[in-house]
Amino acid sequence: MYVDRGRQYSIAGFLAALLVVLALAAGNFFSLGNFSDILVNISFVTIAAVGMMAVILTGQIDISIGVTLSICSTVAAIASKAGVPIPLVALISVGTGALLGLVNGLLVTRFKVHSIIVTLGTMSVFRGLLIYFTKGAWIYSLPQDFRSVGLGTFLGIQNPIWAMIIVLLVAAWLFSSTAWGRSLYAVGSNPEAARLSGIRVPFVQASVFVVLGALVGLATMFYATRFSTIQSNTGQGFEFVVITAVVVGGVNIFGGSGTVLGVALGALLVGITGTALTFLGISAYWEQAIQGLFILLAVAFDSVRLRRRRYVLQKVRGGV
Amino acid sequence: MASLLEMTGIQKHFGGVQALKNVDFDIEAGEVHALVGENGAGKSTLIKILSGAYTPDSGTIKIEGQEVTIANPRQAQALGVVTIYQETSLYPDLSVLENLFMGRQPRRRFGLLDWGAMKKEAEAVFKRLGVDIPLSARLGDLGKAYAQLVEIAKALSQKARILVMDEATAALTSDDVERLFGIIRTMRSQGVAIIYISHRLDEIFRVTDRVTVLRDGERVGSERVANVNQNWLIQRMVGRELTNLYPRNIRAPGKVLLEVGNLTRIGVFENVSFSLREGEIVGLAGLVGSGRSEIVRAIFGIDRYDSGTVLLEGKPLSSKPWEAVQSGVALLPEDRSRQGAILAMPVRANMTLAVLHNLHKGGFLDEKQEASITDRFIQALQVRPPRSELPVASLSGGNQQKVVLGKWLASNPKVLILDEPTQGVDVGAKAEIHQLMDRLVNELGVGILMISSDLPEVLGMADRLLVMHRGHLVAELPRGASPEQAMAKATGLEAQGIAHVR
Repeated sequence: MYVDRGRQYSIAGFLAALLVVLALAAGNFFSLGNFSDILVNISFVTIAAVGMMAVILTGQIDISIGVTLSICSTVAAIASKAGVPIPLVALISVGTGALLGLVNGLLVTRFKVHSIIVTLGTMSVFRGLLIYFTKGAWIYSLPQDFRSVGLGTFLGIQNPIWAMIIVLLVAAWLFSSTAWGRSLYAVGSNPEAARLSGIRVPFVQASVFVVLGALVGLATMFYATRFSTIQSNTGQGFEFVVITAVVVGGVNIFGGSGTVLGVALGALLVGITGTALTFLGISAYWEQAIQGLFILLAVAFDSVRLRRRRYVLQKVRGGV
Repeated sequence: MASLLEMTGIQKHFGGVQALKNVDFDIEAGEVHALVGENGAGKSTLIKILSGAYTPDSGTIKIEGQEVTIANPRQAQALGVVTIYQETSLYPDLSVLENLFMGRQPRRRFGLLDWGAMKKEAEAVFKRLGVDIPLSARLGDLGKAYAQLVEIAKALSQKARILVMDEATAALTSDDVERLFGIIRTMRSQGVAIIYISHRLDEIFRVTDRVTVLRDGERVGSERVANVNQNWLIQRMVGRELTNLYPRNIRAPGKVLLEVGNLTRIGVFENVSFSLREGEIVGLAGLVGSGRSEIVRAIFGIDRYDSGTVLLEGKPLSSKPWEAVQSGVALLPEDRSRQGAILAMPVRANMTLAVLHNLHKGGFLDEKQEASITDRFIQALQVRPPRSELPVASLSGGNQQKVVLGKWLASNPKVLILDEPTQGVDVGAKAEIHQLMDRLVNELGVGILMISSDLPEVLGMADRLLVMHRGHLVAELPRGASPEQAMAKATGLEAQGIAHVR
């Protein structure tokens, strides 16, 4: 809406080029099975990235979501072992995530401290509390119905893919066509002007952390259920992958602009890297380095675009 | 003997605007020379040329009879010209001593700082100024007056011969002002030339020897202060005739909309009371720093206040901007790009920002209604170019202001507060905004509270004018009052007079 679509086109182009290379180098990459595997693998990152997009749109950031994922995983696993039915487990996980998000949101709006500091703090506090309560022990022998959440299908498509598609569609609607979505962009572009226009800036800022927490809770259902055990340090580095997907997807790290489609493409690009490397016969140890490179490329790309846009803007002004 | 500084025939223009037209200015050693004029008269431009921030289009600058070129601030400093700005360039977290020598610390061998030499020089400078100040104190703990003092000391230790003081007293209390005047007199007796810029006319008569008035980039008078009076000054500053630039149809005001009672924010404004009725425009005048913008910010809930009441139609108005907006108050802020418009967003999204929550239709933003609101105000306000999808950043200043105004009109306010509504707006757009204001009060019964630095404008538009001076409401002038009367109140000249009579 407020964004030029340039980033979407360029990621789409980059993805297309990558796929052509993969097609030429490794034909079996394009089996349907492999492709749906990839989508299942990126589903939980994409779901969390949509929440992260909301946070970053308002000019904030949350680096505590790795531990949120950890806590939700632990809570969900314990609930499931205690015999709680799966839909209720999902609800508990989402609620736990939302609660942790609310803590972050309230801290950020009450103390008016930048969220990178607040979530740096809560990251350690949450992790410490988790280790205290679990005593660092792993959770073993998860029930079968918990472990098969991600395996179920509906109309021949796996549940995680459905969840991802639904989250993307709802987010696209929320962000572009509701008053709340509009206020995210306004707060991120100019918080002072938004406040003076009667937008409840603290409410908006707290709400995005809750939304992100809830979505991380949902993502947990497609993340934790892939393992046979839950370790107390699970989810470390999750924030890195999610923020990478959002930034590569063209959301301005300072807030105010970005699209859901861009984030979806960004998540796909980040998620496909590992698989692509394997198929190209390159060591998977490069995965993280290459994801980092994507961030740098995205940032460089932005600064070049911005400079060009300023120039065009000047010309427009001069002409009027 | 030649003057210490002689500027002759200085011309400067920016784009199509002639900021200075053939201006002469000179100052002797040991003289305090006031430079006055309204905002935009050319004072700052002249000073920036002297301090090397701008280069003039033509004209000569002589120091002690020698023609010089001042191409950058460093050269100005080498010639002994030092400017002290209103906002000091000091570091509040460092000590007085560190501030004094920041960036030019004397060194000993191995690059070590020579604290001994610094201390000695600092003591000498403060002795010269006749003040005692703890060198090791953290500057931020000392208050604004000392910051000003440290700036002066810094200038003197840089061998300043010509000291420019730009609105030096704007942030000072009256005791601090007295102290500063003492220091100015000390420096004068030591042969320092001081160019003194101030909006406060009473200060001109108390501390300066000569006064030069600029208006619209021209020198319109230069006299010994002893030979002139306040009327002479004000007439030259204001100059223009009040023509029928301001279309007003005065009607009888209706019921009271906004009632402000004894509003106080300690150190900013005190016991301010006034009311605003349906269908009237009330002007609020005062110098920058008089508390006029702070008052409206407090009414709207942006800043807190310590005591007093704000009633809207008899009910207390809450202290949060979003609640003020919902109860029918709108504030067009002074700083358009930071507080008014969201530059990166399109005209459409800006216009509907204040009414977002009423634009729902089945969970969706009602884009049809959004388009109709936007089109209506683009037409009514003549926004050019009339395109709702353009980012506001691509519009000219006047058109940006129209968009912000449109945003508030869309919310159907009962009380509209306009803080400098026509600042940086071209003449045509200005007239359009004035006509719109008249229609709002007459046809819709809106109450408008208008702040403007442009006295003829606010006098021409308002039913009555409230004047503030140093945080106090000092006068209420009826329609038809002259800019001279208002200026006299706003600069504190009148208050001074009363004090003398007592």
